[in-house]
Amino acid sequence: MTHGDAFQDIHPPFAPQEAVVEANRCLFCFDAPCTVACPTHIDVPRFIKKIATNNLRGSAAAILESNILGSSCSRVCPVDVLCEGACVMHRYNKQPIEIGRLQRYSMDHFYANGAKLPMNGVVERKERIACIGGGPASLACGAELRRHGFQVTIFDAQPLAGGLNTYGVAQYKMRPSDSLREVELIRSMGVHFEQNVQIPAGMPLELLEKRFDAIFIGVGLGPTESPGLAGEQTSGVVDALHFIAGYKTGRVTQISGRVVVIGGGNTAIDAANAAHLLGADEVHMLYRRSEKEMPAFPFEYKHAKQHRIRFHWLTLPVAIHGGEKVTGVECLRTQLGSPDKTGRRQPEPIEGSNFTIPCDIVIPALGQTRLLPLLEQLRGVELCDGRVVTNAATGQTKNPKYFAGGDCVNGGREVVDAVADGKRAGQGIAAWLT
Amino acid sequence: MRAFDAGWGGAVWKTIGEPIVNVSSRYSSVDLNGQRMMGLNNIELISDRPIAVNLREISEVKKRYPKHAVIASLMVESTREAWHSIVKQSEDAGADGLELNFGCPHGMSERGMGSAVGQVPDYAQMITEWVKEVARTPVLVKLTPNITDIRVVAQAAKRGGADGLSAINTINSITGVDLDTFVPRPDVGGQSGHGGYCGPAVKPIALHMIQQVLGSADSNLPMSGIGGVSGWREAAEFILMGCTNVQVCTAAMHYGFRMVEDMADGLSSWMDEKGFQTIGDFRGLSLPKVTEWKHLDLNYKIVARIHDEKCIGCDLCYTACWDGAHQCIHLGPDHQAPATIEAASRQRITQTPLPASYHRTNGTPRERIPRIDEDECVGCNLCALVCPVEGCITMDQVFTGKPKQSWEQRNGGAS
Repeated sequence: MTHGDAFQDIHPPFAPQEAVVEANRCLFCFDAPCTVACPTHIDVPRFIKKIATNNLRGSAAAILESNILGSSCSRVCPVDVLCEGACVMHRYNKQPIEIGRLQRYSMDHFYANGAKLPMNGVVERKERIACIGGGPASLACGAELRRHGFQVTIFDAQPLAGGLNTYGVAQYKMRPSDSLREVELIRSMGVHFEQNVQIPAGMPLELLEKRFDAIFIGVGLGPTESPGLAGEQTSGVVDALHFIAGYKTGRVTQISGRVVVIGGGNTAIDAANAAHLLGADEVHMLYRRSEKEMPAFPFEYKHAKQHRIRFHWLTLPVAIHGGEKVTGVECLRTQLGSPDKTGRRQPEPIEGSNFTIPCDIVIPALGQTRLLPLLEQLRGVELCDGRVVTNAATGQTKNPKYFAGGDCVNGGREVVDAVADGKRAGQGIAAWLT
Repeated sequence: MRAFDAGWGGAVWKTIGEPIVNVSSRYSSVDLNGQRMMGLNNIELISDRPIAVNLREISEVKKRYPKHAVIASLMVESTREAWHSIVKQSEDAGADGLELNFGCPHGMSERGMGSAVGQVPDYAQMITEWVKEVARTPVLVKLTPNITDIRVVAQAAKRGGADGLSAINTINSITGVDLDTFVPRPDVGGQSGHGGYCGPAVKPIALHMIQQVLGSADSNLPMSGIGGVSGWREAAEFILMGCTNVQVCTAAMHYGFRMVEDMADGLSSWMDEKGFQTIGDFRGLSLPKVTEWKHLDLNYKIVARIHDEKCIGCDLCYTACWDGAHQCIHLGPDHQAPATIEAASRQRITQTPLPASYHRTNGTPRERIPRIDEDECVGCNLCALVCPVEGCITMDQVFTGKPKQSWEQRNGGAS
């Protein structure tokens, strides 16, 4: 099976007439709940009615006005728990409007027709803003600042911009090229990109502060949390984000054997699905709590079940076995105890319940670490629990020159949350510099 | 014959006359929100087949289906001889009745036929008289709506001795313009012409004109109702408005002859429900319920009521009342204008995952259910019309305690 065949779109695009029929179902609610539910407040009925009238250029402009990453959001947003979850059609005993697919329809038309976003009426300003990190938060912040006429440079440690949109989103939702065309749109708006620059190694913070009038921190999170297991350095152990980036950049095209994924979040499911699609014979997921506590969205869980991923609930890995290569994961059974501060019941290992799942590849997917080494160097920027503390409406940190948004502030949420943060911070910076 | 097999009781064989040549590209339509053909326009003329062929086929059909009515719809040049001849030939062929097409608004009217006759009361009367001189079967005059007062021609037909009327013929129309070629539809090699409009969109106009004709003693004749009859509901409406029968064309063109099945079945179920044995039991019941505005009761009052448990929170009623009516539906604690409410929403910071209250499977949040200010409500119906949920907004009568009083009564007869 070739790479292209394996990762089919989970939500195929609309054909033109299909889109018009769906657009016509939209009731055009006043102060629409879908718009309120969207973190970037895309005016959903407005862009949908423009599809119904075949004003696709206007539809795309309406989306991009609120969300410059409207294309990636249309592919990766968990719409069931966002706009489509809020659709009044649920109460009308009908299917919600397929907002995500309609948005994708407009966005695909936009990118297929030159992706020109008019920047008329922007008055250029001399103030310079640095955005650290090349992911969705920085891209949205940079685009918003360009709309206000500011000079923006994005510093990104990776060879390609886009952050997790380019390197971390499951292929059946979005391809790197989908992310990169958005980067190009933002570049065309006048945002300057400096790739392969690690801050502060590539440019000291003093210099950055001297050269720029404001700095936006959109660095996201660090590498996947280490499971802290004996044997985790064994060959055949690869963390989820590396694994996903590996196949998305073409380094990994095929795998075989038994795969064990450790974790119960959305990234764990992405990794498990990818392992299945890349040819794994069996994919097992280990989660230390029960099905009920699993943090992955229900539709992601359903998707994984369709790929025949085998779930092992109440299972805590304690060691990775193997010599040169991984041979298995040793686990303990758990039972659920009293709730922790998040309200979820804590897993308690059951002594002597050890058992081993033989496997060839282990993919820990336990969430990402905080980028503390960088964040702690930012003078006057307050952190709480490893997250940057900001004013939610403006993105401004305790050090007024620094603004922040995205995963490094919210601890790891959706692309659309990062875009909303970046946009608000862009507006916050513009207001602060005016 | 396929129509009769499908359950139709009769056919109007239209329109027989000296054969003509048609253009190609003949129909165009108006679609609404993805619904096809809510209105249909045609620039077709009458039958392009020789009179002899039409008549021979009528005889054949009558032989095989003697119990089904065949009405010959006729249009010939405006001479006594031509009309006498076609009437005789049609009746000899076995036609059970004649319909004089004085309504066709395009093409034929340029040649002095169709609506060129129907728009001039004297011509209409004269030709009706010619036909009646020889006709042995009932004569219907088909009226054009493309006239200021349809009653005038109906009266002329009655004076001319017509046994009945049929209305309405199609309405002059241009359905639209192609936004790439700038040619109106239908495009006949880069040009177009006005056509005749029919289909569901014209029903309100047809009902009104039929009411006008049947509501006036000097034009009142048995009426065959035409114009947007698409199913049993419209059939019932036309008969309630006084029609003897109804004719269907566009709906059969759209869905095929089979659409008559529900027309008969649905009408019959409705009649059972209402206790009507025959069509005559309800014919014309709505006619006396139409009056002039000056006789309407000024003291009758209704107000809108929103049934919270059915409200899905689309708030279309709110925006409609503010922008299109009387600003008496409100959201939130005060009388906030739409722009104020929307601006506040856009300032809200939302993050995934959203709280459960955002999910509409959990019901409509209180703050999205609008309130009616009943003292300010004028009972215009707009909110109930825009509400997508059946029975969510009802217009309820409020007893004012005042006696019935019309404008005429209040103004002492002055208008």
